[in-house]
This record gives sequence, structure tokens and C-alpha cells, in this order.
Amino acid sequence: MSTLAAAPTPKPRTEGLPAILGSLPLTLLFLTLVLTPLGLTLLLSFAQFDYNTGIQPGHTLEQYLTVLTDSYFLEIFWRTFWISGLTTLVCVLVGAPEAYVLSRMGKPWRTIFLLVVLSPLLVSLVVRAFGWSLLLGPNGPLGRAAEALGLGSLLYTPTAIIIGLVHVMLPFMVIPVWTSLQKLDPAVEQAAYSLNASRMQTLWRVILPQTMPGILSGSLIVFGLSASSFAIPALLGGRRLKMVATIVYDEFLNELNWPLGAAIAMLLLVANLAIMLSYNRVVERSYRRSLG
Amino acid sequence: MQKNGLLALAFNLLVVSFVLAPLAIVCLVAFTPGSTLSIPTSDFSLRWFKAVFAHADFMQAFRNSLWLAFCSATIASILAVPAAIAITRYRFPGRDALNGLFLSPLMIPHLVLGVALLRFFALMGTTGSFGWLVLAHVVVITPYVMRLVIGALVGFDRSVEHAAQSLGASRATVFCKVTLPMILPGVSGGWLLAFINSFDELTMSVFITAPSTVTLPVRMYMYATESIDPMMAAVSALVIALTAVTMLVLDRVYGLDRVLVGQK
Repeated sequence: MSTLAAAPTPKPRTEGLPAILGSLPLTLLFLTLVLTPLGLTLLLSFAQFDYNTGIQPGHTLEQYLTVLTDSYFLEIFWRTFWISGLTTLVCVLVGAPEAYVLSRMGKPWRTIFLLVVLSPLLVSLVVRAFGWSLLLGPNGPLGRAAEALGLGSLLYTPTAIIIGLVHVMLPFMVIPVWTSLQKLDPAVEQAAYSLNASRMQTLWRVILPQTMPGILSGSLIVFGLSASSFAIPALLGGRRLKMVATIVYDEFLNELNWPLGAAIAMLLLVANLAIMLSYNRVVERSYRRSLG
Repeated sequence: MQKNGLLALAFNLLVVSFVLAPLAIVCLVAFTPGSTLSIPTSDFSLRWFKAVFAHADFMQAFRNSLWLAFCSATIASILAVPAAIAITRYRFPGRDALNGLFLSPLMIPHLVLGVALLRFFALMGTTGSFGWLVLAHVVVITPYVMRLVIGALVGFDRSVEHAAQSLGASRATVFCKVTLPMILPGVSGGWLLAFINSFDELTMSVFITAPSTVTLPVRMYMYATESIDPMMAAVSALVIALTAVTMLVLDRVYGLDRVLVGQK
């Protein structure tokens, strides 16, 4: 054996093997706790249900037919979609300029304000939802102001949900934009100015394209999290203004109609995946374009 | 670098007040002496804080949440580092599928995971188990660790590793003395982000916690939907205070800006 080992044989290519084997536990965990439960839920969504006797044997498309034909459920899906879209848009319009303004601040202020803007990330979601319900409620300062302006009550409206969602999602937009701004070479900006570009031109043609990947990946996270958000619509939307997450909660924990809840959850999953995958494609394309 | 204009500073002020407003009002209302949710005008009282500390359910939920977030963030970080290295550095069959799988909790709504795990645990007969709750949290927070670790690995200058190797360092030494210290900001940032997200997690936990494993967000959510008295504001104010203290400590120990956005 020792003579064989001493012979100048080429080393086998095992360089990446420890790392690849090291990713096995995580893979097993994800197979057990993501794919298996999702598969079981898919099966559950085809189960028959009776309010008196519970889940019945046999398969049916009844749950999906109920969800896809009932205008009550369709309205909830549409509402979830546009609320998430608007939230993403507002996050881009607020988060990206804010990250840019922060990146141009002087030394102590930059860090301080960045931390202030990101700090809500560390505070519990329920606390923030509760804070907004105080602000927007009939006795809160914003609720009263809206009432005085003739806008009606704010709490339990889509506006309340969007305000709450933007507050929760803003850090997820600021961080990636900030990160891509940090990677930006200040010399490029100076070069643009030295070539007589105006401030707007520099912002639009030099800085924005380079921060686009940050903005897009931020939007990806924001949209996904908004569409699946539960606490904000549950606490700021009230009992009548349902979103998909709150209706699934109702079916599972109040109505106890698990197959119907599972069907809605599966539709939410498919819709979400479709949006994410097409969005991913857009992100990749923009990367390719910005790299020429 | 050009300075910000007045408009930019006003915008910043607006964003900052938007961010802080809900937290500020919660802290104000927590000191109300009355029994309704109102901003105290003349008198301030600590009665609702005393009520929280006497409330066994809230205290138990708080301990559950801390321990859960610590365990799941640590497990997620340990498991994510080799996986991130494998994905960023090597080409192997199934690599893209694996990457997609690890990032999938970002695309799979927590709500869907919650009901799926509720069904799974019910079928396995492990409903309400703390161990499985930890593992469920690991799944949900892994993408955050992965993103930051992968980010650290992508901008990694491998010539340092090659230099160490050429000087006779073993693979383990290279990993412990060169690779790990260099990706440490990514790993610790990932750990913190994971901790926060676990501590904050409501949507999935609402489905898979039992009365004995209820987390603080779940307990608070249930309380907020059931009753409207200022105790909720007091709990919230305590959570905010605790978060602020943690942030200060963290800033002293490590630098909060580095943890949050990974910059020096």
C-alpha cells in the first residue's frame, strides 16, 4: 500500500467533495420540512370534506371549483395581488431614494439614519401592526386627521394595510439598494460630472442602472413577503377586509375546513411562484443588459 | 462626493418619522393610567407594565421565543455555510436545484409552509413539539443566512486561500484561519438576520405552536385580536426597549451597520 501511495499518481478531483457532502443535512431538512409537507397539502386539497364528519376518503376537484368560481374568493385573490403590487411600488419610490440620500450623507449622520431606517426590522411585526392600528384608529392622530379631511376612517381599509406593509417592507428595499450603492465606484460618478453630465443625467444614466439589480432584488423580496403577509392584514384589515393569508387562517383554524384551506394555499403558492419566476427572468435580463 | 440638497434632507426626515411613528405612539400609550388605548396627556403610570410582568402567559411566551430564535439561527448558520460554499464554488449535478430549494422559503409564503407543516405534524403525531418547531424555523430563516454568506463568498479573493495552501496549510487550516474569518461578516450578519426573523416570525408559527410552545408574536397576536386594553401597548413597549438595548450592545460589540448591511 505504501509503495502505491508513494507512486506519483495524479490526485483525484475531490476538492469540492467535503462542501458538497456538507450541504447534505440542509438538503435532507428541506426535503423533510418543505417538499414532503407541500406534497401532503397538495393531496389534502383534493380531499372531500363534510362539515359533520370531516375529511372524507376519495379525490375531488370540488375545493378548487369552489375557490375559482366563487366571487368572494376571487375578490380576495385580486385584492391581495394589487395591494402587494402597490406596496412594492411605494417601497421602490421611497426606499431607493432614501438609500441614495443616506449614501451621500456625512460620516456620523449616515450611520445613525441608516440604523434608524433599518431598526424597525428588528422590532416584532405584531408591535408595528399594533402601532399603526393606534395611529390610524379613530382615536389616533392620523385617523382623526383623515376624518377631519373627510376621507372617512382609515383603519380597516386597503390604505391602512398598504401603509403597514410599506413600513414592514421598507428595510428589505433599503438594504439591497444601499449594498449596490456601496459597490458603486465614486470615480465613475466623478467621471460623469467631468464629462459635463448634469446631476439628473448622472443619477439617471450612471447611478440608477448600477443600482437596478439592488432595486429589483429588493422588489422581489418585498412583493413575495407582502403577498404572503398575515399579521398586517389581520390586524389592520379587520374582520371584513380579508387577504389570502387571513382567509386561509380562517379555513384552517376557525372553519376547520382543511381541504378548502389547502386548495387556497396551493393556489397562492402557484400564483406566487409564477410571479417570482417571471420576475427572476426580468432580473437576469436586466443584469445582462447592464453588463452590455 | 456631492452634498444632499435641502429637498433630500426633508425627504429623509419624512421617511425617518414614518419609520419611527408607530413605535413612538406604542411607547406613549403604554404609560397611560387609564384603561383605554389613549395617549396620556397629564398623568403617566406604570400600571400596565406591572400587569405584563404578572402575566404568566406573556413571560412564558417570551422565554420560548428567545430560546427558539437562538437555537434555530445557530443551526441555520452551521448548516448554511458548507451549503453556500458548495453552491458558490463548485459545479455539480443538481446544483441549481439545490440553490432553488434553499431559497424556496422566500418564494413559498410562510402561510403555506405553516398549513403544510400543520398537516405534516398532525399526520406524524408531533403537533406542538418544540424540536420540530425549531427545525421549521431553521427552514424559514436559512435563505437569509444563505444570501449573506453567498454574498461574502462571491466577493472573495481566492488568491489568499491559494497562498495559504501553497505555504503548506491543510484544507481545515485554510478553512478555519482564512476562509471563515473572511466570510465572518456574512455569517454573523446572517445569524443575526436569522435570529430576528425567527423572533419576529408569526405567520408560520401561528399554525404550528401549541399552548406550551407559543411564541411571543403569536401570544401578542392572539391578545391583540381578543382584547383592547393598554397591556398590549406595554408589552410592545417592552419589546421595543429590549430590541433597542440589544441593538446598543450589538453596536458596541460588533457594529450594527456591519451586521445589517455588511459594510465596514
